[in-house]
Amino acid sequence: MEIIVPILAAAVRSGTPILYATLGEIITEKGGVMNLGLEGLMLLGALSGFAVTSSTGNPWLGVAAAFGIGAFFSLFHAVVCITLGGNQVVSGLALTMLGTGITAILGIGYVGETIKGLTKTTIPFLGELPLVGPVFFDHDPLVYISYALVAFMCWFLWRTKTGLNLRAVGDNPRAADSVGLNVAAIRYAATLIGGGVVAVGGAYMSISYSHMWTEGMSAGRGWIAVALVIFAIWHPARAAFGSYLFGGVEACQLRIQAAGTNIPAPLLLMLPYILTITVLLIISVKKGKGILFGAPAALGTPFYREER
Amino acid sequence: MRIKRQKRIGQPLWLDLAIPVGGLLMAFLASGVFLVMMGVSPVEAYREMYYSAFGDSYGLSECMVKAIPLAMTAIALMLSFKMLIWNIGAEGQIFMGAIAATAAVRYFPVEGHWTMMTIMGISAIIAGGIWAAFAGYLKARWNVNEIITTLMMNYIAIHLMDYFVYGPWRDPSSLGFPMTAPFPETAKLVPIGWGRVHSGIFIALALILLAWWVFKMTRWGYEIRVIGENPKAATFAGIDYVKNVVVVMFISGAIAGLAGMSEVAGLQGRLQHGFSGGFGYTAIIVAWLSRLNPLAIAIVSFLMGGLLVGGESLQIVMGLPIASTLVVQGCILFFILAGEFFRRYRIVLVKEEI
Repeated sequence: MEIIVPILAAAVRSGTPILYATLGEIITEKGGVMNLGLEGLMLLGALSGFAVTSSTGNPWLGVAAAFGIGAFFSLFHAVVCITLGGNQVVSGLALTMLGTGITAILGIGYVGETIKGLTKTTIPFLGELPLVGPVFFDHDPLVYISYALVAFMCWFLWRTKTGLNLRAVGDNPRAADSVGLNVAAIRYAATLIGGGVVAVGGAYMSISYSHMWTEGMSAGRGWIAVALVIFAIWHPARAAFGSYLFGGVEACQLRIQAAGTNIPAPLLLMLPYILTITVLLIISVKKGKGILFGAPAALGTPFYREER
Repeated sequence: MRIKRQKRIGQPLWLDLAIPVGGLLMAFLASGVFLVMMGVSPVEAYREMYYSAFGDSYGLSECMVKAIPLAMTAIALMLSFKMLIWNIGAEGQIFMGAIAATAAVRYFPVEGHWTMMTIMGISAIIAGGIWAAFAGYLKARWNVNEIITTLMMNYIAIHLMDYFVYGPWRDPSSLGFPMTAPFPETAKLVPIGWGRVHSGIFIALALILLAWWVFKMTRWGYEIRVIGENPKAATFAGIDYVKNVVVVMFISGAIAGLAGMSEVAGLQGRLQHGFSGGFGYTAIIVAWLSRLNPLAIAIVSFLMGGLLVGGESLQIVMGLPIASTLVVQGCILFFILAGEFFRRYRIVLVKEEI
């Protein structure tokens, strides 16, 4: 028990940035737009969150800035993919390149600096529960917000009219259009809000997790999140499970290294990526032809009103 | 009055040229904003980039040095993109080619230059090919998303290379730097006598011509195009989808692997940490900008090489990180994608009818 609890708690902590990124991408993809720029958005969120926290001393302003920057850069993706009907795969890659490049340039001045950022706040009562307390309720506030976001998204997507509209736009834009929904507007909203949430995941890394900025600090987590959306079959609760699973692998790998085994570090660092492929393979094989249940049917295809 | 889009019937040639050129110009304008934010004059930065890359014979030769792996990798990607298979894993396939070529030097050292080169080439082809074909098989057989598998395999390949250069293959006399011992002369691609340009350029040229011939002249090239345009119709026409995807991905990875071998054998002369510098990703832009045309790939790789050379000189002269060229690259992609819209549609103003 003494070994398990810290690992599980670390799994939640390491999994949180991936969880935000996955949730953000689920919002975007539910509207029918695929955004592969998560890696870039996370870096932009991490740097802008760090910079604002560092200059104002208020981590919440940092989180808000990250959200805003994430939404702002997703706007480029939205214009290219929704208004101009451009290729979503390539546009996402462009966003990742842009984010990596911009943060490398503008981040130079922040390398080596540390901030106070967000710190651990144990939730009263819940935090005192055995096992569950230390694993889930002994973290910083952004972790608790991610729980709330999971619950909110489950409610929003399947229990509200707006959520239904969003799913309609992602599944069958033509039908959504014929009942009077503004497909482009809803897709814009989903892409911008989703991008903002992804960037908050990046901000978690710099504001809560490491209290530092390092170039390229997302280190592939954005891409793992893209895969986790499929693993979660576009469901927020499964996204949480998947993210903590990956967080757990990351935590274990750090502990194995710290324990001083003779397994070389690079081989341990491969684990999350091997796990991602394995997980994707299992899901795809299980789903038969790979027509994924829960996938927005119009994912990745632009919609133009006049062309029916 | 209202703005309306109208589908173009046929695309005029001037637009095919105007869009990439316009995209490049806009990208430099947009990236200029970041240079200003860094307190650097964009005019001066771009002048520096231009002269370091195209200003003298040495600069031009350096562009060629970068163009070699870019052109090879872009040809590799072109094959899979034609089939609408999103191979984003060229970077990993380059690494696997380089690792395999290095393994060949370490474990099968032979005397003759040509024999050594052949062994290295075959190892690189097999390693890069299998690395890509694995993702291709998963895609064709179970529809596993190839974008993610190839990307994840990039990270795996990078860590695998780190394992070798930090571990069993590290040169004991390298003062702790993560690199292997230098290759013997027999295992190096010979220089052609112009800057650092090496005979890998002939492999690149041969691949460009071969790709052009395959797509222009052969039945197989036609089949690949058909699969890309309509996989279902292709299956009905008796084209084996799974086989073709696996074969195309194998060849695609094999060519990227060769690019990796050409880098270690032609340029570095050893395997070392971070030797590729993202050619696998930059080649995606090259392939895209060239509209998957092999001859255009030759020209665009050279120009993109110029961007990379210019970026390196910015790092030296102005202290900007090497990743800053990614800003330009990302902007180029965005503007080209946006430009595509204007290639397909014309914008007309129509009077509202009452």
